[in-house]
Amino acid sequence: MDSRFTRGKSPLLERALGRPRCELSLAAFALLFSELVQYCQRRVASVAELQARLALLGHHVGLRALDALVARERPGRRETKVLGVLLCVKGPLWRALFGREADKLEQANDDERTFYVIEREPLVNTFVSVPRENSSLNCAAFAAGLLEAVLGASGFPARVSAHWHKGTTLM
Amino acid sequence: MSRSPGRKQENHKISRELFVLTYGALVAQLCKDYEKDEDVNIYLDRMGYGIGVRLIDDFLARSAVKKCRSYSETADMIAQVAFKMYLGVTPSVSCRSAAGNEFSLILDKNPLVDFVEELPAERPSLCYCNLLCGVIRGALEMVHLAAEVTFLQDRLKGDAVTEIGITFLRKPEDRKQKK
Repeated sequence: MDSRFTRGKSPLLERALGRPRCELSLAAFALLFSELVQYCQRRVASVAELQARLALLGHHVGLRALDALVARERPGRRETKVLGVLLCVKGPLWRALFGREADKLEQANDDERTFYVIEREPLVNTFVSVPRENSSLNCAAFAAGLLEAVLGASGFPARVSAHWHKGTTLM
Repeated sequence: MSRSPGRKQENHKISRELFVLTYGALVAQLCKDYEKDEDVNIYLDRMGYGIGVRLIDDFLARSAVKKCRSYSETADMIAQVAFKMYLGVTPSVSCRSAAGNEFSLILDKNPLVDFVEELPAERPSLCYCNLLCGVIRGALEMVHLAAEVTFLQDRLKGDAVTEIGITFLRKPEDRKQKK
């Protein structure tokens, strides 16, 4: 059997999930994110691919953040309705991850399965300036991937994409 | 909500989890893209270097520290001010050589590995936090201090603590001449 299972729990896994109220500086995250974007940019050929890569990375983060966040923010009850989970995402989850709630949550007029999470200035785009030739690039694709993972793992499979509309909209 | 133009940067903080998980996603992506551990380590170091050369500006702007007059002051500054500011931990500094140009920072709590229990079996020599080495190296180079920064011990590989070794490459006499 894999030695992981026979060795006994490591102290890391025994730690309680409590709120780690230690916060780090935005500059550190912004620089890390910029290196991430540069790394992805070197390996892709188009904006769409770059956004896809960022979304994949966001997906990684979302999957792992979900359990800890849900356990802390909504102990004892999981959201079972679409609107419930979206409101939970827009409010407590966004606040836990990015320090503030998303600005707006709207539903599309023509399609009841499409929703928009709108943020005028998403945290991940704080120090990102997009050159004109790549003007369709929105690095909030990272947040889109994150959201997609969170929704998917909560039992609401969705496709989330980032757009430039009233700031940044995750659709 | 509109931002007032004079708002200070000090208010901007992000959750530690987001940072740690983003770093983890980055390392995972690098592992997928590169077969060999050494390549991943080199790439992490390079990315860290890129971050370090820009982080130093932010550090100097926010901490307003005075010029360090010796290597040991520099090492103390990195440990007590910079690490505290960016990672929220304070490693302890010890001098490793009589010449006074080799120091080690001993981290007993490393936030970057908050969610990492152990290295995967197929990556035994991966330096998970190699980014940190690159950051320190880049930052020091921007203040004209050439240094080599490596991991001496790594808790993920089974050692008791995580130890980063900084070796300043120029002799101490050179610094005195600059004054």
